Amino acid sequence: MSVGNDGTDRVAEASATAPGRVLVVGASAAGLATVEALRRKGYEGAITVLGDEPHAPYDRPPLSKQVLSGAWEPGRAALRTAAALTALDAAFVLGDAAVGLDTATRTVRTRAGRELTADAVVIATGVRPRTLPGSAGLWGVHVLRSLDDALALRAALVPTARLVVVGEGVLGSEIAATARTLGLDVTLAGPLDAPMALQVGPVVSAALAGLHRENGVRLRFGAGVAGVTGTAGVAGTAGEHGRVTGVRLAGGEVLPADVVVVAIGAVPATEWLADSGLGLDNGVVCDSRCRAADGIYAVGDVARFHHEHLGRAVRLENRTNATEQAAAVAGTILGEDRPYVPVPYFWTDQFDAKLQIHGVIPAGAEIEVVEGDLAARRFVARFTHAGAVTGVLGWNMPKQTRLRRQDVVDAFPVTALAH
Amino acid sequence: MKVVIEEDKCCAAGQCVAAAPDVFDQRDDDGIVVLLTVHPPDDLAEGVRDAVAMCPAVAIRVEQ
Ligand SMILES: Cc1cc2nc3c(=O)[nH]c(=O)nc-3n(C[C@H](O)[C@H](O)[C@H](O)COP(=O)(O)OP(=O)(O)OC[C@H]3O[C@@H](n4cnc5c(N)ncnc54)[C@H](O)[C@@H]3O)c2cc1C
Ligand code: SF4
Repeated sequence: MSVGNDGTDRVAEASATAPGRVLVVGASAAGLATVEALRRKGYEGAITVLGDEPHAPYDRPPLSKQVLSGAWEPGRAALRTAAALTALDAAFVLGDAAVGLDTATRTVRTRAGRELTADAVVIATGVRPRTLPGSAGLWGVHVLRSLDDALALRAALVPTARLVVVGEGVLGSEIAATARTLGLDVTLAGPLDAPMALQVGPVVSAALAGLHRENGVRLRFGAGVAGVTGTAGVAGTAGEHGRVTGVRLAGGEVLPADVVVVAIGAVPATEWLADSGLGLDNGVVCDSRCRAADGIYAVGDVARFHHEHLGRAVRLENRTNATEQAAAVAGTILGEDRPYVPVPYFWTDQFDAKLQIHGVIPAGAEIEVVEGDLAARRFVARFTHAGAVTGVLGWNMPKQTRLRRQDVVDAFPVTALAH
Repeated sequence: MKVVIEEDKCCAAGQCVAAAPDVFDQRDDDGIVVLLTVHPPDDLAEGVRDAVAMCPAVAIRVEQ
């Protein structure tokens, strides 16, 4: 888009290029934030939001924490009040899933037979949990992605149950901590040496292992999980597929379990785009403007975009990316031409530990504690790789960590500052 | 404009401070949001709205 000579021209041009209708597919953090950002930036056209879940948009981070522990009733996880949703003046079509996209006409077909056509389509369908082969339908085996998942798991977490959490990543570690706080017998199992080893490096993950152990979580690390064991099902009854009895490790050992949570990562929800012609490679492939094709954009966990300052394609599965990328996509739709170059950020809460991570911590990065004390479990650490600061991590020092974020930003080219 | 915060939702991300440093701060000990002014003047309203949008814990609300 060329820039007009004066303010009047620019306004006229912006409204001329703004699409008349926007369709957002996926009614969660990233989809809703896109709608809000469009309205905040002055877009007045029609907006439709299509979501497969029956619920109004809610937030996921509390699902493994406050909702799972029972500290919050589920309604507290709502992203916006009903009044705030109404004020957006968007049509929410909930409980219906997109099943196909015609890229040329930008028409989305839904399971219920709707055909929704728009000038701009925003793909915000997130990810779905990976499952363990052979566990489908077995009673007592859970995943945690949706509110319904959280409520089903919560109901299963009676204090007498033995829980095995499969997967030592962020989600598995959080679930283990929450369940242990509820008094369950908890085992956390996975192939790595310590919780979140891939995300935070050996020093901090060892400290996390200590924290879990002191709180009574059994750790069974260094062995892959081969599958689950269960009772035989009885055809035609509720127990048709049987009930889980344990988790089988690669070496053959079985960890007894009444409840199993599988938290071994997630795959982008792109199966409905299989025939669309869009580039799909562990997510919807986008350029640095989050554009997948003419008039088609992707945002949030599902989007694999080209990060200009990292010089490669990245897909971020964290909560702040959902809102920040939504603001970027809304801008692109309205004719702005700026790359999306975020400094990744996520947090996690486990027992009394609140961790904040800005930037990235590549394998082999050097760690230096720059504030506080590792042994006291209150510190800020800075990570350096190939001579450049790549990340800062705080343990129970959120404010101090945020102030240190600048060290990461400084290692990026200056334009990376723009959100 | 009246700003309302829910401390028990705050996850101490500090996005609000980045968006509107004259309105929000964080406690030194646990990083929980501190509201510096309940009724920010009009020239800070834009920053406050950004903070509402960016807060990953949905802990900030604006009432008229
Ligand atoms: C339990 C849990 C805890 C988390 N904790 C943290 C945390 O502490 N910190 C952090 O930074 N991040 C955390 N995250 C990650 C964060 O929640 C995600 O990054 C964020 O939800 C991504 O938003 P999204 O809108 O892109 O995707 P999602 O939230 O997955 O939303 C996608 C929506 O699209 C819907 N959908 C899928 N397919 C279709 C279709 N074909 N048609 C219509 N709708 C469809 C889905 O049902 C869903 O409602 C957590 C995630 C989970 C699950
Ligand atoms: S942005 Fe939200 S979560 Fe972060 S400190 Fe501010 S109020 Fe708390």
